Amino acid sequence: LQVDLWQPSSPLHIAEGTAADVRVPRNATRSLLPYLRQANIQYTILISDLQQAIENQTGGRSHRNRRSLSGYNYEVYHSLEEIEDWMHYLNRTYSDLVHMFSVGKSYEGRPLYVLKLGKRSRPYKKAVWIDCGIHAREWIGPAFCQWFMKEALETYQTDPAMRKMLTQLYFYIMPVFNVDGYHFSWTNDRFWRKTRSKNMRFHCHGVDANRNWKVKWCDEGASLHPCDDTYCGPFPESEPEVKAVAHFLRKHRKQIKAYLSFHAYAQMLLYPYSYKYATIPNFNCVESAAYNAVNALQSAYGVRYRYGPASSTLYVSSGSSMDWAYKNGIPYAFAFELRDTGHFGFLLPETLIKPTCTETMLAVKNITLHLLKKCH
Amino acid sequence: SLAMELPPSHFPAARAAAVAVGYLRYLRGGPGRGLELREVRRARRQDIDDVGHKYYLELELEDVLDKDRTVNCTAEVLYHLGSKSSAPDVQVTVQGELRSTEEADKEFYNRIRSLEKELVAENIPDSHGNVPPELEPIHLLAWVASGYVIWQNSTENTKFHLAQVKHVKQVKRSDEDLQFDYVLLLHEMVSQEVLPWEVAVLWHPRRGARVSRCHGPGAGN
Repeated sequence: LQVDLWQPSSPLHIAEGTAADVRVPRNATRSLLPYLRQANIQYTILISDLQQAIENQTGGRSHRNRRSLSGYNYEVYHSLEEIEDWMHYLNRTYSDLVHMFSVGKSYEGRPLYVLKLGKRSRPYKKAVWIDCGIHAREWIGPAFCQWFMKEALETYQTDPAMRKMLTQLYFYIMPVFNVDGYHFSWTNDRFWRKTRSKNMRFHCHGVDANRNWKVKWCDEGASLHPCDDTYCGPFPESEPEVKAVAHFLRKHRKQIKAYLSFHAYAQMLLYPYSYKYATIPNFNCVESAAYNAVNALQSAYGVRYRYGPASSTLYVSSGSSMDWAYKNGIPYAFAFELRDTGHFGFLLPETLIKPTCTETMLAVKNITLHLLKKCH
Repeated sequence: SLAMELPPSHFPAARAAAVAVGYLRYLRGGPGRGLELREVRRARRQDIDDVGHKYYLELELEDVLDKDRTVNCTAEVLYHLGSKSSAPDVQVTVQGELRSTEEADKEFYNRIRSLEKELVAENIPDSHGNVPPELEPIHLLAWVASGYVIWQNSTENTKFHLAQVKHVKQVKRSDEDLQFDYVLLLHEMVSQEVLPWEVAVLWHPRRGARVSRCHGPGAGN
Protein backbone atom coordinates (compact mmCIF):
# COMPACT_ATOMS: atom_id res chain seq x y z
CA LEU A 1 0.00 0.00 0.00
CA GLN A 2 1.40 3.37 -1.03
CA VAL A 3 0.32 6.71 0.38
CA ASP A 4 0.91 10.26 -0.82
CA LEU A 5 2.46 12.07 2.13
CA TRP A 6 1.13 15.64 2.48
CA GLN A 7 2.44 16.32 5.95
CA PRO A 8 5.23 16.24 7.16
CA SER A 9 7.37 16.94 4.09
CA SER A 10 9.46 13.81 4.51
CA PRO A 11 8.92 10.34 6.02
CA LEU A 12 12.02 11.03 8.17
CA HIS A 13 9.98 13.54 10.18
CA ILE A 14 7.19 11.13 11.05
CA ALA A 15 7.39 10.49 14.78
CA GLU A 16 5.23 9.31 17.65
CA GLY A 17 2.98 11.99 18.98
CA THR A 18 2.97 14.05 15.78
CA ALA A 19 0.33 14.20 13.07
CA ALA A 20 0.82 12.85 9.56
CA ASP A 21 -1.51 13.70 6.68
CA VAL A 22 -1.76 11.28 3.80
CA ARG A 23 -3.78 11.04 0.60
CA VAL A 24 -4.87 7.70 -0.81
CA PRO A 25 -7.11 6.65 -3.67
CA ARG A 26 -10.67 5.98 -2.52
CA ASN A 27 -10.45 2.21 -2.88
CA ALA A 28 -7.26 2.10 -0.78
CA THR A 29 -9.20 3.18 2.32
CA ARG A 30 -10.51 -0.40 2.55
CA SER A 31 -7.05 -1.61 3.48
CA LEU A 32 -5.61 1.54 5.12
CA LEU A 33 -8.27 2.19 7.78
CA PRO A 34 -8.37 -1.34 9.23
CA TYR A 35 -4.57 -1.28 9.28
CA LEU A 36 -4.53 1.98 11.26
CA ARG A 37 -7.13 0.61 13.69
CA GLN A 38 -5.13 -2.53 14.17
CA ALA A 39 -2.00 -0.49 14.84
CA ASN A 40 -3.96 1.64 17.32
CA ILE A 41 -3.26 4.82 15.30
CA GLN A 42 -5.98 7.44 15.66
CA TYR A 43 -7.19 8.97 12.45
CA THR A 44 -9.62 11.61 11.18
CA ILE A 45 -10.82 11.93 7.60
CA LEU A 46 -10.19 15.57 6.66
CA ILE A 47 -11.31 15.42 3.03
CA SER A 48 -13.54 12.54 1.98
CA ASP A 49 -13.70 13.51 -1.74
CA LEU A 50 -10.66 15.39 -2.97
CA GLN A 51 -11.90 15.73 -6.56
CA GLN A 52 -15.05 17.47 -5.41
CA ALA A 53 -13.07 19.80 -3.15
CA ILE A 54 -10.88 20.86 -6.07
CA GLU A 55 -13.85 21.46 -8.34
CA ASN A 56 -15.59 23.52 -5.72
CA GLN A 57 -12.48 25.65 -5.44
CA THR A 58 -12.15 26.35 -9.18
CA GLY A 59 -15.78 27.40 -9.38
CA GLY A 60 -17.52 24.60 -11.24
CA ARG A 61 -16.63 22.12 -13.96
CA SER A 62 -13.59 21.80 -16.13
CA HIS A 63 -12.15 24.68 -18.11
CA ARG A 64 -13.89 23.70 -21.28
CA ASN A 65 -17.33 23.77 -19.72
CA ARG A 66 -17.02 27.15 -18.09
CA ARG A 67 -19.69 29.41 -19.41
CA SER A 68 -17.67 32.47 -20.28
CA LEU A 69 -16.49 33.90 -23.56
CA SER A 70 -12.97 34.04 -22.22
CA GLY A 71 -13.27 30.44 -21.01
CA TYR A 72 -14.06 28.96 -24.43
CA ASN A 73 -10.94 27.99 -26.27
CA TYR A 74 -11.05 29.39 -29.79
CA GLU A 75 -7.66 27.87 -30.65
CA VAL A 76 -8.75 24.25 -30.63
CA TYR A 77 -11.14 22.32 -32.82
CA HIS A 78 -14.51 21.70 -31.22
CA SER A 79 -16.93 18.83 -31.61
CA LEU A 80 -20.44 19.47 -32.86
CA GLU A 81 -21.85 19.16 -29.33
CA GLU A 82 -19.39 21.72 -28.01
CA ILE A 83 -20.22 24.14 -30.81
CA GLU A 84 -23.94 23.81 -30.17
CA ASP A 85 -23.44 24.41 -26.43
CA TRP A 86 -21.36 27.46 -27.30
CA MET A 87 -24.10 28.84 -29.57
CA HIS A 88 -26.68 28.40 -26.83
CA TYR A 89 -24.36 30.19 -24.45
CA LEU A 90 -23.90 33.18 -26.76
CA ASN A 91 -27.65 33.31 -27.37
CA ARG A 92 -28.33 33.54 -23.62
CA THR A 93 -25.49 35.85 -22.70
CA TYR A 94 -25.51 38.36 -25.57
CA SER A 95 -29.22 38.53 -26.22
CA ASP A 96 -29.00 42.16 -27.30
CA LEU A 97 -26.67 41.23 -30.17
CA VAL A 98 -27.16 37.53 -30.86
CA HIS A 99 -30.25 35.57 -31.81
CA MET A 100 -29.97 31.84 -32.42
CA PHE A 101 -32.50 30.11 -34.63
CA SER A 102 -32.82 27.01 -36.77
CA VAL A 103 -33.47 26.91 -40.52
CA GLY A 104 -34.40 23.23 -40.54
CA LYS A 105 -33.13 19.74 -39.78
CA SER A 106 -30.30 17.68 -41.21
CA TYR A 107 -30.74 14.25 -42.81
CA GLU A 108 -30.01 12.60 -39.46
CA GLY A 109 -32.39 14.93 -37.66
CA ARG A 110 -30.00 17.47 -36.19
CA PRO A 111 -31.05 21.11 -35.97
CA LEU A 112 -29.43 23.50 -38.46
CA TYR A 113 -28.52 26.45 -36.28
CA VAL A 114 -27.80 29.98 -37.48
CA LEU A 115 -26.74 32.95 -35.36
CA LYS A 116 -28.14 36.36 -36.26
CA LEU A 117 -25.62 38.96 -35.12
CA GLY A 118 -26.01 42.73 -35.00
CA LYS A 119 -27.44 45.65 -33.09
CA ARG A 120 -31.15 46.11 -33.31
CA SER A 121 -30.54 49.70 -34.34
CA ARG A 122 -33.15 50.06 -37.05
CA PRO A 123 -36.07 48.01 -38.35
CA TYR A 124 -34.56 47.21 -41.72
CA LYS A 125 -30.85 46.50 -42.19
CA LYS A 126 -28.93 44.85 -44.99
CA ALA A 127 -27.27 41.57 -44.13
CA VAL A 128 -24.24 39.38 -44.78
CA TRP A 129 -24.54 35.59 -44.84
CA ILE A 130 -21.56 33.51 -43.67
CA ASP A 131 -21.44 29.71 -43.64
CA CYS A 132 -18.67 27.34 -42.61
CA GLY A 133 -18.28 23.59 -42.86
CA ILE A 134 -20.21 22.76 -46.03
CA HIS A 135 -17.55 20.08 -46.37
CA ALA A 136 -17.13 18.02 -43.23
CA ARG A 137 -13.34 17.55 -43.19
CA GLU A 138 -12.56 21.27 -43.54
CA TRP A 139 -12.38 21.89 -39.81
CA ILE A 140 -10.70 25.29 -40.04
CA GLY A 141 -13.98 26.58 -41.51
CA PRO A 142 -16.16 26.15 -38.39
CA ALA A 143 -13.17 27.31 -36.33
CA PHE A 144 -13.24 30.56 -38.27
CA CYS A 145 -16.98 31.06 -37.85
CA GLN A 146 -16.53 30.72 -34.09
CA TRP A 147 -13.59 33.10 -34.17
CA PHE A 148 -15.63 35.65 -36.10
CA MET A 149 -18.35 35.62 -33.43
CA LYS A 150 -15.80 36.03 -30.68
CA GLU A 151 -14.10 38.95 -32.41
CA ALA A 152 -17.40 40.66 -33.11
CA LEU A 153 -18.64 40.37 -29.53
CA GLU A 154 -15.32 41.24 -27.95
CA THR A 155 -14.46 44.26 -30.08
CA TYR A 156 -17.68 45.93 -31.23
CA GLN A 157 -17.49 48.46 -28.41
CA THR A 158 -13.83 49.34 -28.85
CA ASP A 159 -13.27 48.90 -32.59
CA PRO A 160 -15.02 51.57 -34.73
CA ALA A 161 -15.01 49.31 -37.81
CA MET A 162 -16.70 46.42 -35.98
CA ARG A 163 -19.16 48.79 -34.33
CA LYS A 164 -20.07 50.20 -37.73
CA MET A 165 -20.50 46.69 -39.12
CA LEU A 166 -22.80 45.51 -36.34
CA THR A 167 -24.77 48.74 -36.31
CA GLN A 168 -25.39 49.00 -40.03
CA LEU A 169 -25.69 45.31 -40.88
CA TYR A 170 -26.93 41.99 -39.66
CA PHE A 171 -24.73 38.93 -39.98
CA TYR A 172 -26.22 35.49 -40.38
CA ILE A 173 -23.54 33.04 -39.27
CA MET A 174 -23.91 29.30 -39.77
CA PRO A 175 -20.93 27.80 -37.92
CA VAL A 176 -21.53 24.24 -39.16
CA PHE A 177 -23.51 23.77 -42.37
CA ASN A 178 -22.99 20.03 -42.77
CA VAL A 179 -23.66 18.91 -39.21
CA ASP A 180 -24.03 15.19 -39.96
CA GLY A 181 -20.83 15.09 -41.99
CA TYR A 182 -18.91 17.11 -39.41
CA HIS A 183 -19.98 14.74 -36.66
CA PHE A 184 -18.98 11.79 -38.85
CA SER A 185 -15.53 13.28 -39.44
CA TRP A 186 -15.02 13.37 -35.68
CA THR A 187 -16.27 9.86 -34.95
CA ASN A 188 -15.56 7.77 -38.03
CA ASP A 189 -13.64 9.20 -40.93
CA ARG A 190 -11.52 12.32 -40.61
CA PHE A 191 -11.54 12.77 -44.40
CA TRP A 192 -15.31 12.59 -44.91
CA ARG A 193 -16.56 15.41 -47.17
CA LYS A 194 -20.19 14.90 -48.10
CA THR A 195 -23.48 14.81 -46.22
CA ARG A 196 -24.66 11.50 -44.73
CA SER A 197 -27.81 10.84 -46.71
CA LYS A 198 -28.35 7.18 -47.60
CA ASN A 199 -28.42 6.08 -51.20
CA MET A 200 -31.06 3.58 -52.26
CA ARG A 201 -29.16 1.65 -54.91
CA PHE A 202 -25.54 1.83 -53.81
CA HIS A 203 -23.90 1.23 -50.46
CA CYS A 204 -22.44 4.72 -50.46
CA HIS A 205 -23.56 7.63 -48.36
CA GLY A 206 -23.71 11.32 -48.91
CA VAL A 207 -23.94 14.08 -51.44
CA ASP A 208 -21.44 16.87 -52.07
CA ALA A 209 -23.31 19.78 -50.49
CA ASN A 210 -21.46 22.16 -52.79
CA ARG A 211 -22.68 20.43 -55.97
CA ASN A 212 -26.31 20.15 -54.94
CA TRP A 213 -27.53 23.70 -55.62
CA LYS A 214 -29.87 24.58 -58.44
CA VAL A 215 -27.48 26.35 -60.80
CA LYS A 216 -26.35 24.42 -63.90
CA TRP A 217 -26.80 21.41 -61.62
CA CYS A 218 -24.62 18.35 -62.30
CA ASP A 219 -22.91 19.69 -65.36
CA GLU A 220 -19.11 19.79 -65.52
CA GLY A 221 -17.11 19.28 -62.36
CA ALA A 222 -19.69 17.17 -60.55
CA SER A 223 -20.38 13.45 -60.60
CA LEU A 224 -23.57 11.45 -61.07
CA HIS A 225 -22.11 8.50 -59.23
CA PRO A 226 -23.30 8.23 -55.61
CA CYS A 227 -19.97 6.85 -54.41
CA ASP A 228 -17.96 9.81 -55.70
CA ASP A 229 -16.90 12.67 -53.48
CA THR A 230 -18.37 15.26 -55.89
CA TYR A 231 -21.72 13.47 -56.23
CA CYS A 232 -24.32 16.08 -57.12
CA GLY A 233 -27.21 14.15 -55.61
CA PRO A 234 -30.33 12.64 -57.23
CA PHE A 235 -31.76 16.15 -57.94
CA PRO A 236 -31.01 19.77 -56.94
CA GLU A 237 -31.65 20.59 -53.27
CA SER A 238 -32.10 16.88 -52.51
CA GLU A 239 -30.13 17.43 -49.33
CA PRO A 240 -32.25 18.86 -46.49
CA GLU A 241 -29.35 21.05 -45.41
CA VAL A 242 -29.06 22.63 -48.85
CA LYS A 243 -32.82 22.95 -49.19
CA ALA A 244 -33.17 24.63 -45.80
CA VAL A 245 -30.47 27.20 -46.42
CA ALA A 246 -31.61 27.85 -49.99
CA HIS A 247 -35.12 28.46 -48.66
CA PHE A 248 -33.80 30.93 -46.08
CA LEU A 249 -31.62 32.79 -48.59
CA ARG A 250 -34.47 32.96 -51.11
CA LYS A 251 -36.76 34.41 -48.45
CA HIS A 252 -34.18 37.06 -47.50
CA ARG A 253 -32.74 37.68 -50.96
CA LYS A 254 -33.60 41.40 -50.87
CA GLN A 255 -31.87 41.86 -47.55
CA ILE A 256 -28.70 39.82 -48.08
CA LYS A 257 -26.00 41.71 -49.94
CA ALA A 258 -23.05 39.36 -49.48
CA TYR A 259 -22.64 35.59 -49.35
CA LEU A 260 -19.40 34.23 -47.87
CA SER A 261 -18.69 30.51 -47.69
CA PHE A 262 -15.63 29.14 -45.91
CA HIS A 263 -13.74 26.09 -47.14
CA ALA A 264 -10.22 24.67 -47.04
CA TYR A 265 -7.60 24.28 -48.36
CA ALA A 266 -5.86 26.26 -51.11
CA GLN A 267 -5.42 29.84 -49.86
CA MET A 268 -7.76 31.42 -52.36
CA LEU A 269 -10.54 33.98 -52.50
CA LEU A 270 -12.94 32.94 -55.24
CA TYR A 271 -15.91 34.58 -56.89
CA PRO A 272 -18.31 33.44 -59.65
CA TYR A 273 -18.52 31.70 -61.93
CA SER A 274 -17.53 28.16 -61.00
CA TYR A 275 -19.64 26.50 -63.68
CA LYS A 276 -18.32 28.42 -66.68
CA TYR A 277 -15.48 30.58 -67.93
CA ALA A 278 -17.15 33.98 -68.15
CA THR A 279 -16.96 37.41 -66.55
CA ILE A 280 -19.69 38.43 -64.13
CA PRO A 281 -21.59 41.67 -64.87
CA ASN A 282 -20.33 43.47 -61.76
CA PHE A 283 -16.77 42.25 -62.25
CA ASN A 284 -15.16 45.60 -61.47
CA CYS A 285 -16.75 45.88 -58.03
CA VAL A 286 -16.19 42.24 -57.08
CA GLU A 287 -12.64 42.05 -58.40
CA SER A 288 -11.56 45.18 -56.56
CA ALA A 289 -13.22 43.92 -53.38
CA ALA A 290 -11.28 40.65 -53.73
CA TYR A 291 -8.02 42.44 -54.47
CA ASN A 292 -8.35 44.65 -51.40
CA ALA A 293 -9.42 41.75 -49.20
CA VAL A 294 -6.44 39.64 -50.21
CA ASN A 295 -4.07 42.52 -49.54
CA ALA A 296 -5.63 43.11 -46.14
CA LEU A 297 -5.23 39.41 -45.38
CA GLN A 298 -1.61 39.44 -46.43
CA SER A 299 -0.88 42.42 -44.18
CA ALA A 300 -1.20 40.21 -41.10
CA TYR A 301 1.54 37.61 -41.67
CA GLY A 302 2.56 37.94 -45.30
CA VAL A 303 0.48 34.94 -46.39
CA ARG A 304 -0.41 35.13 -50.07
CA TYR A 305 -3.84 34.18 -51.33
CA ARG A 306 -4.65 33.78 -55.01
CA TYR A 307 -7.93 35.29 -56.13
CA GLY A 308 -10.17 35.21 -59.17
CA PRO A 309 -13.13 33.45 -60.72
CA ALA A 310 -13.41 29.94 -59.32
CA SER A 311 -13.53 28.26 -62.74
CA SER A 312 -10.09 29.44 -63.82
CA THR A 313 -8.41 29.75 -60.42
CA LEU A 314 -9.41 26.43 -58.84
CA TYR A 315 -11.49 24.27 -61.18
CA VAL A 316 -14.79 24.14 -63.00
CA SER A 317 -17.63 22.89 -60.83
CA SER A 318 -21.39 23.09 -61.12
CA GLY A 319 -24.14 23.34 -58.53
CA SER A 320 -22.09 25.38 -56.04
CA SER A 321 -23.63 27.53 -53.32
CA MET A 322 -21.61 30.56 -54.39
CA ASP A 323 -22.90 30.47 -57.99
CA TRP A 324 -26.44 29.90 -56.72
CA ALA A 325 -26.25 32.83 -54.32
CA TYR A 326 -25.00 35.07 -57.09
CA LYS A 327 -27.71 33.90 -59.50
CA ASN A 328 -30.22 34.60 -56.74
CA GLY A 329 -29.31 38.26 -56.78
CA ILE A 330 -26.66 38.52 -54.06
CA PRO A 331 -24.12 40.90 -55.63
CA TYR A 332 -21.08 39.76 -53.62
CA ALA A 333 -20.70 36.00 -53.52
CA PHE A 334 -17.37 34.66 -52.35
CA ALA A 335 -15.87 31.33 -51.42
CA PHE A 336 -12.76 31.34 -49.26
CA GLU A 337 -10.33 28.45 -49.39
CA LEU A 338 -8.41 28.93 -46.15
CA ARG A 339 -4.91 27.74 -45.17
CA ASP A 340 -2.81 25.97 -46.17
CA THR A 341 -1.68 24.97 -49.68
CA GLY A 342 -1.16 21.27 -49.02
CA HIS A 343 1.52 20.82 -46.41
CA PHE A 344 -1.03 19.94 -43.73
CA GLY A 345 -4.06 20.25 -45.97
CA PHE A 346 -7.19 19.31 -44.08
CA LEU A 347 -5.15 18.50 -40.97
CA LEU A 348 -4.23 22.09 -40.16
CA PRO A 349 -2.63 22.13 -36.68
CA GLU A 350 -4.49 23.90 -33.89
CA THR A 351 -1.51 26.19 -33.44
CA LEU A 352 -2.35 27.68 -36.84
CA ILE A 353 -5.99 28.42 -36.00
CA LYS A 354 -5.20 31.82 -34.51
CA PRO A 355 -3.05 33.20 -37.36
CA THR A 356 -5.40 31.80 -40.00
CA CYS A 357 -8.45 33.34 -38.34
CA THR A 358 -6.71 36.62 -37.57
CA GLU A 359 -5.71 37.22 -41.17
CA THR A 360 -9.07 36.03 -42.50
CA MET A 361 -10.89 38.49 -40.20
CA LEU A 362 -9.08 41.32 -41.96
CA ALA A 363 -10.33 40.07 -45.32
CA VAL A 364 -13.91 39.67 -44.12
CA LYS A 365 -13.98 43.10 -42.47
CA ASN A 366 -12.52 44.58 -45.63
CA ILE A 367 -15.21 43.01 -47.83
CA THR A 368 -17.93 44.11 -45.42
CA LEU A 369 -16.75 47.71 -45.33
CA HIS A 370 -16.46 47.65 -49.13
CA LEU A 371 -20.04 46.49 -49.23
CA LEU A 372 -21.21 49.47 -47.21
CA LYS A 373 -19.89 51.81 -49.88
CA LYS A 374 -21.74 52.24 -53.15
CA CYS A 375 -20.44 49.69 -55.61
CA HIS A 376 -22.65 46.80 -56.55
CA SER B 1 4.03 25.51 -82.06
CA LEU B 2 5.19 28.36 -79.85
CA ALA B 3 4.92 28.34 -76.09
CA MET B 4 2.12 30.61 -74.84
CA GLU B 5 2.24 32.50 -71.58
CA LEU B 6 -0.06 31.23 -68.83
CA PRO B 7 -1.40 33.16 -65.83
CA PRO B 8 0.58 31.77 -62.89
CA SER B 9 -2.46 32.07 -60.61
CA HIS B 10 -4.64 29.79 -62.73
CA PHE B 11 -4.96 26.09 -62.19
CA PRO B 12 -3.14 24.70 -65.27
CA ALA B 13 0.14 26.20 -64.11
CA ALA B 14 -0.56 25.16 -60.51
CA ARG B 15 -1.16 21.54 -61.53
CA ALA B 16 2.03 21.33 -63.56
CA ALA B 17 3.93 22.93 -60.68
CA ALA B 18 2.63 20.28 -58.29
CA VAL B 19 4.03 17.56 -60.56
CA ALA B 20 7.41 19.28 -60.74
CA VAL B 21 7.54 19.72 -56.96
CA GLY B 22 6.55 16.07 -56.44
CA TYR B 23 9.34 14.96 -58.73
CA LEU B 24 11.83 17.24 -57.00
CA ARG B 25 10.78 15.94 -53.57
CA TYR B 26 11.44 12.42 -54.76
CA LEU B 27 14.87 13.32 -56.08
CA ARG B 28 16.13 15.69 -53.43
CA GLY B 29 13.87 15.23 -50.40
CA GLY B 30 14.75 13.16 -47.35
CA PRO B 31 14.15 12.81 -43.62
CA GLY B 32 15.99 16.11 -43.18
CA ARG B 33 14.62 18.05 -46.13
CA GLY B 34 11.05 18.90 -47.18
CA LEU B 35 10.56 21.20 -50.15
CA GLU B 36 7.38 23.23 -50.47
CA LEU B 37 6.08 25.36 -53.31
CA ARG B 38 5.75 29.01 -52.36
CA GLU B 39 4.77 30.51 -55.66
CA VAL B 40 4.61 29.97 -59.39
CA ARG B 41 6.54 32.92 -60.81
CA ARG B 42 6.03 32.22 -64.47
CA ALA B 43 4.42 29.55 -66.63
CA ARG B 44 4.26 28.82 -70.35
CA ARG B 45 2.65 26.00 -72.29
CA GLN B 46 3.59 24.48 -75.58
CA ASP B 47 1.34 22.09 -77.50
CA ILE B 48 3.55 19.64 -79.39
CA ASP B 49 1.77 17.78 -82.19
CA ASP B 50 1.52 14.03 -81.68
CA VAL B 51 3.47 14.30 -78.44
CA GLY B 52 1.59 16.23 -75.77
CA HIS B 53 1.55 19.43 -73.73
CA LYS B 54 4.78 20.80 -72.32
CA TYR B 55 4.86 23.29 -69.47
CA TYR B 56 7.79 25.59 -68.74
CA LEU B 57 7.81 26.81 -65.16
CA GLU B 58 9.72 29.18 -62.95
CA LEU B 59 9.07 28.27 -59.33
CA GLU B 60 9.85 29.68 -55.92
CA LEU B 61 10.23 27.03 -53.23
CA GLU B 62 11.28 26.78 -49.63
CA ASP B 63 12.80 24.15 -47.39
CA VAL B 64 10.34 23.67 -44.53
CA LEU B 65 13.26 23.34 -42.12
CA ASP B 66 14.89 26.53 -43.43
CA LYS B 67 11.95 28.78 -44.26
CA ASP B 68 13.84 32.05 -44.39
CA ARG B 69 15.71 30.97 -47.47
CA THR B 70 14.26 31.04 -50.98
CA VAL B 71 14.94 28.21 -53.39
CA ASN B 72 14.45 29.12 -57.03
CA CYS B 73 14.09 26.54 -59.73
CA THR B 74 13.01 26.04 -63.30
CA ALA B 75 11.07 23.01 -64.47
CA GLU B 76 9.70 21.36 -67.58
CA VAL B 77 6.70 19.07 -67.37
CA LEU B 78 5.61 17.12 -70.45
CA TYR B 79 2.22 15.43 -70.24
CA HIS B 80 2.06 12.74 -72.90
CA LEU B 81 -0.81 12.86 -75.33
CA GLY B 82 -3.85 10.79 -74.45
CA SER B 83 -1.99 8.24 -72.35
CA LYS B 84 -3.23 7.47 -68.87
CA SER B 85 -0.54 4.93 -68.16
CA SER B 86 2.54 6.99 -68.81
CA ALA B 87 3.99 9.32 -66.22
CA PRO B 88 4.79 12.90 -67.27
CA ASP B 89 8.39 13.61 -68.21
CA VAL B 90 9.85 16.05 -65.73
CA GLN B 91 13.07 18.00 -65.55
CA VAL B 92 13.94 20.29 -62.67
CA THR B 93 16.94 22.56 -62.20
CA VAL B 94 17.55 24.03 -58.78
CA GLN B 95 19.43 27.31 -58.71
CA GLY B 96 22.13 27.38 -56.09
CA GLU B 97 22.78 24.87 -53.35
CA LEU B 98 20.24 23.27 -51.09
CA ARG B 99 21.02 23.34 -47.37
CA SER B 100 23.08 20.30 -46.41
CA THR B 101 21.31 17.59 -44.43
CA GLU B 102 24.35 15.37 -43.88
CA GLU B 103 24.33 15.60 -40.09
CA ALA B 104 20.58 15.24 -39.67
CA ASP B 105 20.58 12.29 -42.08
CA LYS B 106 23.35 10.53 -40.19
CA GLU B 107 21.62 11.09 -36.88
CA PHE B 108 18.32 9.75 -38.22
CA TYR B 109 20.04 6.76 -39.81
CA ASN B 110 21.86 5.82 -36.61
CA ARG B 111 18.76 6.36 -34.48
CA ILE B 112 16.65 4.03 -36.61
CA ARG B 113 19.40 1.42 -36.94
CA SER B 114 19.77 1.29 -33.18
CA LEU B 115 16.06 0.72 -32.49
CA GLU B 116 15.43 -2.62 -30.83
CA LYS B 117 12.00 -3.00 -32.35
CA GLU B 118 11.03 -1.94 -35.84
CA LEU B 119 9.41 1.48 -35.93
CA VAL B 120 5.64 1.51 -36.37
CA ALA B 121 3.46 4.60 -36.42
CA GLU B 122 0.15 5.80 -37.75
CA ASN B 123 -1.90 8.91 -38.47
CA ILE B 124 0.82 11.45 -39.15
CA PRO B 125 -0.33 14.16 -38.66
CA ASP B 126 -3.19 13.17 -36.34
CA SER B 127 -6.73 14.49 -36.71
CA HIS B 128 -5.79 17.77 -35.07
CA GLY B 129 -2.65 18.32 -37.16
CA ASN B 130 -0.08 17.23 -34.60
CA VAL B 131 3.18 15.51 -35.55
CA PRO B 132 5.35 14.33 -32.63
CA PRO B 133 8.82 15.85 -33.16
CA GLU B 134 10.55 12.46 -33.23
CA LEU B 135 8.32 11.43 -36.15
CA GLU B 136 9.00 14.50 -38.25
CA PRO B 137 11.77 12.78 -40.28
CA ILE B 138 9.39 9.88 -40.99
CA HIS B 139 6.83 12.47 -42.08
CA LEU B 140 9.34 14.12 -44.42
CA LEU B 141 10.35 10.74 -45.86
CA ALA B 142 6.66 10.15 -46.56
CA TRP B 143 6.76 13.39 -48.56
CA VAL B 144 9.52 11.88 -50.66
CA ALA B 145 7.44 8.75 -51.26
CA SER B 146 4.34 10.80 -52.07
CA GLY B 147 6.43 12.85 -54.50
CA TYR B 148 7.06 9.70 -56.48
CA VAL B 149 3.37 8.73 -56.48
CA ILE B 150 2.33 12.24 -57.52
CA TRP B 151 4.86 12.36 -60.33
CA GLN B 152 3.87 8.95 -61.64
CA ASN B 153 0.10 9.45 -61.49
CA SER B 154 -0.54 13.06 -62.46
CA THR B 155 -2.34 14.30 -65.55
CA GLU B 156 -3.43 17.79 -66.58
CA ASN B 157 -6.74 17.00 -64.86
CA THR B 158 -5.39 16.07 -61.44
CA LYS B 159 -3.68 17.77 -58.52
CA PHE B 160 -2.43 15.53 -55.74
CA HIS B 161 -1.34 16.31 -52.20
CA LEU B 162 -0.29 14.05 -49.35
CA ALA B 163 -3.24 14.13 -46.92
CA GLN B 164 -1.87 11.90 -44.18
CA VAL B 165 0.49 9.05 -43.43
CA LYS B 166 -2.09 6.45 -42.47
CA HIS B 167 0.47 3.86 -41.42
CA VAL B 168 4.21 3.30 -41.55
CA LYS B 169 6.14 0.19 -40.67
CA GLN B 170 9.88 -0.20 -40.72
CA VAL B 171 11.16 -3.38 -42.35
CA LYS B 172 14.56 -4.53 -41.11
CA ARG B 173 17.00 -5.30 -43.91
CA SER B 174 20.23 -7.21 -44.11
CA ASP B 175 21.88 -4.55 -46.30
CA GLU B 176 22.63 -0.95 -45.35
CA ASP B 177 19.37 0.61 -46.53
CA LEU B 178 16.50 1.57 -44.26
CA GLN B 179 13.14 0.36 -45.51
CA PHE B 180 9.78 1.85 -44.60
CA ASP B 181 6.48 0.49 -45.86
CA TYR B 182 3.99 3.35 -45.97
CA VAL B 183 0.26 3.55 -46.45
CA LEU B 184 -0.20 7.09 -47.72
CA LEU B 185 -3.51 8.88 -48.11
CA LEU B 186 -3.42 11.14 -51.13
CA HIS B 187 -5.96 13.87 -51.72
CA GLU B 188 -6.82 14.58 -55.36
CA MET B 189 -8.19 18.13 -55.73
CA VAL B 190 -10.34 17.77 -58.83
CA SER B 191 -12.23 14.62 -57.88
CA GLN B 192 -11.82 15.43 -54.18
CA GLU B 193 -11.08 11.79 -53.45
CA VAL B 194 -8.77 10.76 -50.60
CA LEU B 195 -7.30 7.39 -51.54
CA PRO B 196 -4.68 5.05 -50.10
CA TRP B 197 -1.40 4.15 -51.73
CA GLU B 198 0.98 1.49 -50.44
CA VAL B 199 4.57 2.57 -50.99
CA ALA B 200 7.78 0.84 -49.93
CA VAL B 201 10.70 3.25 -49.64
CA LEU B 202 14.38 2.47 -49.33
CA TRP B 203 16.64 5.18 -47.95
CA HIS B 204 20.33 5.61 -47.28
CA PRO B 205 22.14 8.80 -46.13
CA ARG B 206 24.44 8.87 -49.13
CA ARG B 207 22.27 7.22 -51.76
CA GLY B 208 19.02 8.96 -50.96
CA ALA B 209 15.53 7.51 -51.41
CA ARG B 210 14.15 4.98 -53.87
CA VAL B 211 10.62 3.67 -54.16
CA SER B 212 10.89 -0.09 -54.43
CA ARG B 213 7.20 -0.92 -54.57
CA CYS B 214 4.08 1.15 -55.17
CA HIS B 215 0.48 0.01 -55.24
CA GLY B 216 -2.47 2.31 -55.66
CA PRO B 217 -6.22 1.85 -55.37
CA GLY B 218 -7.41 -0.14 -58.37
CA ALA B 219 -4.42 -0.44 -60.69
CA GLY B 220 -0.90 -0.79 -59.33
CA ASN B 221 2.09 1.31 -60.35
